[in-house]
Amino acid sequence: MSAEWTTLELKVNNHPGVMLHVVGLFSRRAFNLEGIACLPCRDDRFSRMWLRVKNDSKLPQIVEQLKKLHDTREVREHEASHEAFERLEQFFGTSD
Amino acid sequence: MKYTGAEIIIKLLEKRGICQLSGIPGGANLPIYDALSKSKKIRHILARHEQGAGFIAQGQARSNGEVAVFLATSGPGATNAITAVADAKLDSIPVVCITGQVPQSLIGTDAFQEIDSYGLSTPITKHNYFVRSAAELLEVIPEAFRIAEEGRPGPVWIDVPKDVQNEEIEVEAFPEFEGKAPSHTPSIPKIITMSKLINSAERPILYIGGGAIHSSAHEEICALAERLKAPVVSSLMGLGTIPVAHPQFAGMLGMHAARYTQKLLEECDLLMAFGVRFDDRATGKISEFCPQAKIVHIDIDPSEIGKLKQPTISMEADLRDALDALLPHVLERSDKTWLKRLEELKERFPLETPNAGSLFSPYGILLQSAKMLEGEFFVTTDVGQHQMRVAQCFPFEKPRQWMTSGGLGTMGFGLPAAIGAALEHPEATAVCYTGDGSLLMNIQELALIAEEGLNIKVIVSNNDSLGLVYQQQSLFYGKREMASRYQQRVDFCQIAEGFGIEAIDLGKVENPQSTLEQAMKSKEGVLINVPISVEDHVFPMVPPGGANHEMICGLKETAQKGALS
Ligand SMILES: Cc1ncc(C[n+]2csc(CCOP(=O)(O)OP(=O)(O)O)c2C)c(N)n1
Repeated sequence: MSAEWTTLELKVNNHPGVMLHVVGLFSRRAFNLEGIACLPCRDDRFSRMWLRVKNDSKLPQIVEQLKKLHDTREVREHEASHEAFERLEQFFGTSD
Repeated sequence: MKYTGAEIIIKLLEKRGICQLSGIPGGANLPIYDALSKSKKIRHILARHEQGAGFIAQGQARSNGEVAVFLATSGPGATNAITAVADAKLDSIPVVCITGQVPQSLIGTDAFQEIDSYGLSTPITKHNYFVRSAAELLEVIPEAFRIAEEGRPGPVWIDVPKDVQNEEIEVEAFPEFEGKAPSHTPSIPKIITMSKLINSAERPILYIGGGAIHSSAHEEICALAERLKAPVVSSLMGLGTIPVAHPQFAGMLGMHAARYTQKLLEECDLLMAFGVRFDDRATGKISEFCPQAKIVHIDIDPSEIGKLKQPTISMEADLRDALDALLPHVLERSDKTWLKRLEELKERFPLETPNAGSLFSPYGILLQSAKMLEGEFFVTTDVGQHQMRVAQCFPFEKPRQWMTSGGLGTMGFGLPAAIGAALEHPEATAVCYTGDGSLLMNIQELALIAEEGLNIKVIVSNNDSLGLVYQQQSLFYGKREMASRYQQRVDFCQIAEGFGIEAIDLGKVENPQSTLEQAMKSKEGVLINVPISVEDHVFPMVPPGGANHEMICGLKETAQKGALS
């Protein structure tokens, strides 16, 4: 648990309220959410969400709370340096 | 056959066995009410405020453990429902709230009575739905019930636009309601490790909460406590799990715990936390809560485990299933030293209930009216000093007799919750212990006592004040009383009579004792106003944010301390 950030991969039901549920959870429980990316899966009943979150003592609680959301199908934890965000970074200018 | 969305809703509620529900109609849910008018199975109870309807549903659900439903219209109907739903969330009560919404063609246009019910209900529900078609209802309604009762129970909100209520579709067959999925089977190696820890403890305590009630684990809890010769402390939500008169019951813990309860907890070496969430009102400053004790935590909600206190060993399971598996591995003890210690502490540092003999003392009215109750009964409270006193001393006998707003602490809970309990249990007496401040928050529901002929005793401990606020200002804000005393007295008896129910002003009758006795034993609804002094505080009290051992105690003890030093 040394890296500052970690990457979570979520499979969720694909409907308009899901983003609100996930993002709302982070804000009302005062969890840190640094980045978020979401697109429908090939099977468009589901979406895949990538979250970059703080790797601190709250992490296990975040994961448990995410699992409790009824639209969450799966939560997986990856390393901070997971490609999903590394490759996205080229679309976000880092200097300004 | 063809059904409209509204008819599908009613049909499914019938199928689920809902036979009474409360609510208020309005423009956006009129199709649902029209479908309801044709139902022969569902009786509608017309609340006077949507918050009342929500708490009536809670009273139904809390008193019998079944999912209860209520209805509201869009806009103000939905916003009024929010407090009752948020309350259900914090106390894990299975309630389904169905609101009307403006037609989908108008969503997002700031239409008349349009608010984002889905957005507003997201943080205060276990789950919520915005229904986009009549066909979806066939899935959503059964799923909502399942979610409300499965695992850790909680409220579910279903928002149904008017066009969906009116949409007609062909329904070949209505879906079945699935039962709850079985919870995790307790793992045997875990059970064995846990039992070893328990068997080796010298001074174990059971700390039980709302989860014990929800999982109906009362018999297992008693059996375990008796086998271990261990005391049982309860959170506010767990009261009634074991009879208050049980010799091993060691009181409610936390902010208003008796001193003996607190002292006992300081001495324990193993805390068995069963169906609890280590709420700050129970633990006080968490870092100083039972610092010596090892902790066994069993809860059905894995996110509660380690949320605030890291257990020595834990299990995610239905409490009753877990205890069933655990019991055979727990050794019977004969050593009663620890229970003797409980008795000793209880005698030295008892809960003080000053002037309990007088009907006009805050504890007296509670304890004496309790003695007069006959047959089956339910007790609700509002929020404040009266609530804490009932929690401290009322002789509860079994689970689900006690209903209070624990997590949200909502003034206005008591009366409608009592109505819900009375509707479900017409043979029983429902007693609502309330304060003059709280009663005013949902007083409109008094009308239902008359309208439905309910046997509810509304006992108002009337100190013309927001008593608990006044107490905090007296103790922690240099006695600067601000906005906690009412300037205008309210004649609650006249109000009750205005709503068509009998009322007694206990301060004005010739023989209060016999008048009260008669009222408590009758089968009629009645409001009883009892004047009490606002200068009587609830003790002990832990200053908010303080550690439990920092409790401030009553006058007698302060006097004793003075005499010693
Ligand atoms: C809806 C709501 N508003 C405010 C509060 C804060 N509050 C807690 S106790 C209390 C006073 C309650 O007064 P009363 O019902 O008369 O009971 P008492 O303390 O006098 O027994 C207040 C205002 C609350 N709990 N709920």
